[in-house]
Amino acid sequence: MMEWANRYGADLIQAIITHLYYVLIPVALGFVIAVILGVLLSRVPKISGYILPVLSVFQTIPGIVFVGILFLYVGMVPATVLIALTIYAVFPILKNTYVGLLNVDEKVKEAARGCGMSPLQILIKIELPLAMPNIFVGLRLSTIYTVSWAVLAAMIGLGGLGDFIYRGVGTNNNMLILTGAIPAAILALSLGALVDWIQKRLTPRGLGGKRG
Amino acid sequence: MIEIKNIVKQYNGVPVINNLNLTVNDGEFVVLIGPSGCGKTTTLKMINRLIEADSGDILINGKSIHELNGEKLRRNIGYVIQQIGLFPNMTVEENICVVPKLLKWSKEEMSQRTHELLELVHMPYEENAKKYPNELSGGQQQRIGVLRALAAKPPVILMDEPFGALDPITRDTLQDEVKALQKSLGITIIFVTHDMDEAIKMGDRIIFMDKGVIQQDAAPEEMLRHPANEIVRNFMGKHSAAYRSQGEDMTCESLMKKRVYTTTENRKTLECIEMMSHREVDSLVITDESHHFKGVVTIDMLKSEGVAGESVGKVMRTDYPTVHLQDEAHKAFDWLTKTNLPYVLVVDNENVVKGIITKTSMSKALASVVWGDQG
Repeated sequence: MMEWANRYGADLIQAIITHLYYVLIPVALGFVIAVILGVLLSRVPKISGYILPVLSVFQTIPGIVFVGILFLYVGMVPATVLIALTIYAVFPILKNTYVGLLNVDEKVKEAARGCGMSPLQILIKIELPLAMPNIFVGLRLSTIYTVSWAVLAAMIGLGGLGDFIYRGVGTNNNMLILTGAIPAAILALSLGALVDWIQKRLTPRGLGGKRG
Repeated sequence: MIEIKNIVKQYNGVPVINNLNLTVNDGEFVVLIGPSGCGKTTTLKMINRLIEADSGDILINGKSIHELNGEKLRRNIGYVIQQIGLFPNMTVEENICVVPKLLKWSKEEMSQRTHELLELVHMPYEENAKKYPNELSGGQQQRIGVLRALAAKPPVILMDEPFGALDPITRDTLQDEVKALQKSLGITIIFVTHDMDEAIKMGDRIIFMDKGVIQQDAAPEEMLRHPANEIVRNFMGKHSAAYRSQGEDMTCESLMKKRVYTTTENRKTLECIEMMSHREVDSLVITDESHHFKGVVTIDMLKSEGVAGESVGKVMRTDYPTVHLQDEAHKAFDWLTKTNLPYVLVVDNENVVKGIITKTSMSKALASVVWGDQG
């Protein structure tokens, strides 16, 4: 055990930090892009009925292919990984934001109009808060997916926990595989829990979530 | 004053409002009623510009509603909808203060107003202000919906079937509360419903619409007595019928109780007392063998005048009031109120006893006139 810690300890901490960096930045960027796009698409549900299925096709392109293609154009820089992961992080949040906004009760929106709210006020004060539970479902999915997709960074030699896994697979060293895989799993679970915690803090009691 | 002038509205070339003209005075409670698709909700929503008319104009206190933008206009007109429409992400207090907040009232003003309003519906501030809508009952939610409309003290409130989703008892209470609030605050309410009971109860004036046209504009009493045409009469159905039959169509036969305890005049007094106690009544109707009316005997008469072993024929009262089957109900009611007797007897042409009319039957008949036939 000590031997393991001595051999991989420093590398492991470095890899976790890199990995986190590959998760948090794409998820944060993806979140902003997705919510904006979700709001825009929800204003034109007729057109969105065609746009969303097209976007979901992109989602089915394997990450490994996409990173590979980007690598050809952008090169062996972290930006390649960040761009790829951001694009992947967008879709779950986008879809859930869109669904959440469309599910806001028409009667509630009518009441808001009847009270004299402008469309922007209705969006900010009523629609987004009411879509919040859905948006968080999307955020949670994106976060957990991104932890696993970030493993691909190692494929083009950019570090992260994937490093251990690729090296372990290459050298038939199970210990090495687990050194990458177990922290990655723990990372996914704890980031998921973090999202849940934020959601509980932000969801008003009136939406059925329990506070504190 | 609200003046609706020559309003026309079409959807896909189909006219839903056809050159509508209507004036609503300050402090009036006007009910728009009619079958679904008659244009009543469309008319209501055009007043606060949730729906824009194709042509014509609406003036509020002489000013066209198009002088302000729609949002500013709606902040000055209260609006209550069916299914409540409270904002689930806001507390009771936040819901009430939506419009004051849009009008940029100060925190103190808003808090004071919330206290005042919750007071009006007997929901103490401390207990209720911080609750979320899903923590309130349906009736309480709709009360808050009404308060939200009242919050910024608008002179006019529009209500679109506000009590449709409530149970009958809660609806009844809320109708009373809203009517009382309207009177005490002196506000103008335009109220859409498809329920004639509600319209009669709430309205100072009822506007009956069908196919985008006003069919009749009258006080509830007037509409009940003289429906303008067949459409109005059919819609009002039982209400109108009950009104017309008051004292005219209603016969003694229609409201008598058919179960009468009778006996014959040769029965002995003690037997009769035994029968009364067995049936838990204090009088018996005396007939001959073929049920022809002879008289009435009560327990008091038997006690004071009866001799044991004598036949009741000797004690009975023979001048007891009777009415004929086809007599107007009025006649029976007059007897009951004038003489203070517990009932009058209903007989047919041959003087055969057919039923009795008690004070209870009288109150039931009156209730059916007032509230419609409850079966």
